Amino acid sequence: MYVYDEFDRAFLAERVAEFRDQVNRRLAGALNEDEFKPLRLMNGVYLQLHAYMLRVAIPYGTLSAAQLRRMAHVARTYDRGYGHFTTRQNIQFNWIKLENLPDAMAELAEVGVHGIQTSGNCIRNVTTDQWAGAVPGEFDDPRIWAEILRQYSTLHPEFTYLPRKFKIAITAAGHDRAAIKVHDVGLRLHRNEAGELGFEVLVGGGLGRTPFVGKSIRPFLPVRELLSYIEAIMRVYNQYGRRDNIYKARIKILVHEIGAEEFSKAVEAEWAAIRDGALHLTDEMIEEIRSRFVYPAYEALDDEPAEFTAAMADPRFATWFANSVHPHKVPGYSIVTISLKPVGAPPGDATADQMDVIADLADAHAFGEIRVGHEQNLCLPSVARRDLPELWRRLDAAGLATPNVNLVNDIISCPGLDYCALANTRAIPVAQEIAKRFADLDKARGIGRLHINISGCINACGHHHVGHIGILGVEKNGQEFFQITLGGRADEQAQLGTLLGPAVSYDQVPGLVEDVVATYMELRSGPQELFVDTVARLGVEPFKERVYAAH
Amino acid sequence: MPLIEKGRVVEDRFHRIGDDEALPEGAPVLIGIDRFLREAEALKGRQAPVGVIWPNDRPIGEIEPYLGQLSLIALGFPIFRDGRAYSQARLLRERLGWTGPLRAVGNVLQDQFLLMQRSGFDQIEAVKQADAAAFEEVVHRYSAFYQPATDERPSLLRQRLGRTARPE
Repeated sequence: MYVYDEFDRAFLAERVAEFRDQVNRRLAGALNEDEFKPLRLMNGVYLQLHAYMLRVAIPYGTLSAAQLRRMAHVARTYDRGYGHFTTRQNIQFNWIKLENLPDAMAELAEVGVHGIQTSGNCIRNVTTDQWAGAVPGEFDDPRIWAEILRQYSTLHPEFTYLPRKFKIAITAAGHDRAAIKVHDVGLRLHRNEAGELGFEVLVGGGLGRTPFVGKSIRPFLPVRELLSYIEAIMRVYNQYGRRDNIYKARIKILVHEIGAEEFSKAVEAEWAAIRDGALHLTDEMIEEIRSRFVYPAYEALDDEPAEFTAAMADPRFATWFANSVHPHKVPGYSIVTISLKPVGAPPGDATADQMDVIADLADAHAFGEIRVGHEQNLCLPSVARRDLPELWRRLDAAGLATPNVNLVNDIISCPGLDYCALANTRAIPVAQEIAKRFADLDKARGIGRLHINISGCINACGHHHVGHIGILGVEKNGQEFFQITLGGRADEQAQLGTLLGPAVSYDQVPGLVEDVVATYMELRSGPQELFVDTVARLGVEPFKERVYAAH
Repeated sequence: MPLIEKGRVVEDRFHRIGDDEALPEGAPVLIGIDRFLREAEALKGRQAPVGVIWPNDRPIGEIEPYLGQLSLIALGFPIFRDGRAYSQARLLRERLGWTGPLRAVGNVLQDQFLLMQRSGFDQIEAVKQADAAAFEEVVHRYSAFYQPATDERPSLLRQRLGRTARPE
């Protein structure tokens, strides 16, 4: 965990005071809605279909038990008793009243939590691997670098009114769980041949209505040069990114229009002028940030303690273990994923009571630390294996041990028309109905890893382009229709899904997904060939023939 | 519109003159880019100060040959959400070495004053009277900043290390 110091706390209190003043000016009429909108957005406040929504930043997905407990409190006091974890590793409260917002924010600020830059045309919450610091084989803890970027980008005077929002993701492991290739800037932390730590820098990835996979513009950037290089990218984008059309304003369009090579040249020229300036990171500065990360006091523990071995005799525990527990870099410990996708419930929702349970379990078994993954599940990054049976029993009792992580009913979905003012169609009910069709988890396990992503409009908050099965809601003559894509993925082999065929109606979606999955089960070379690999091998044609013949 | 300079509302010495109007004899003038570029050569001989309103969609590097003959540079915010002039301001100060007055004009509101000050603007033409009155309060709302910028207020990274270059 990164521990806030007095500067961070003072800054946050000052930010809350500023927003309180802005709300007061809005309520008094000194600010009109046009003037107020970007200010509230940059504090995470949206105006949704039914109410204001508060999006709270969870920097690089890391939360303390105390912070999660405070979110439970906010959900209970100011909202309707639940919160929604998002694909940006954030949490949203959907029913907060504008006049209560400053108070809710002040309560969150007390535990170092805020909504700063979770919206608006600025540098957003920097995301990374939810297993950072715990998973074996990382080149470094990516959260150090995400934190350096968080500090650098917070209330940046030059980059608060960019052409459009700006999202940065970092991975430090061989397997990319942070989807860096579909971000405005993706950073891949690795070591060069000389053993020095640096980043491969990708730009211009993104989803939305014009999806692109990011292009590599620098194979190796020494870590000390991170901020100067990012500033060079931002300065080029701020000056030359399009502002004439909101749909063409993301950096991906600039990179696409002038070409990655031309863009890279402009960045390098700007960088040459500033790389030795105030943004050059010294080893002391890096160590200062690193030292504020407190790591668990791991014990020397057995990988196969008696409690664990005994519990494995229970098939329900064994099933959950096989599905939701991942090896840790420290012997005797595990990484535990908590599914927020019980069959039939809205993906990513957690009640205040569940948040309290998870916070208590984190304190009891996981060094008080919780992570949020972009798949909308939570994670306890460091649990002793001897504690797993007890943890599982308590998670199970709270409805938090559904063993469906990465399975067909671990669906990523945006809020859709149930909440969102931009949506064209519902998304959550589609996810719920599909999950029900695969409610038999033994069957779901037989299907294996399969990511379904649902977006209720072309803005693609559900990341449908990179779902193994992507579902996009569109409106046709006042009716909800859905386009299906196959074969997308967001990892190190990132690619966009291929359209299966004509859009289908709301009622047809679950059946169509069942047919796609049935086709895969027949066509796969064996249980070891994942859905996405079968699609890569055969293309979408065989799926198209089967599915549309049936409908 | 009130003009704020270094925290105080001051009288604007510069007369804003349209492209087709005659320049008043002996008085400081602020003119648009088209006229300035057209008349740049002739303006070199002018006995009174000349300022230019540089648009935010023209690369700021192009202003370099004219810096010696300018007494004021104004950068535009056509709408407060259009942040191009922040980069132009920083480049003027940090790259091109402009030390003269740098003015923010256009749709300039109090919630952007601090960003403008940190990006190198020392004159701000506020749209609203009440905003100008709130200037001191809004630019001192924060006691520390995370990143270095043009204003050289120390950034937290350096402050934490006890390397405060220049205390406020």
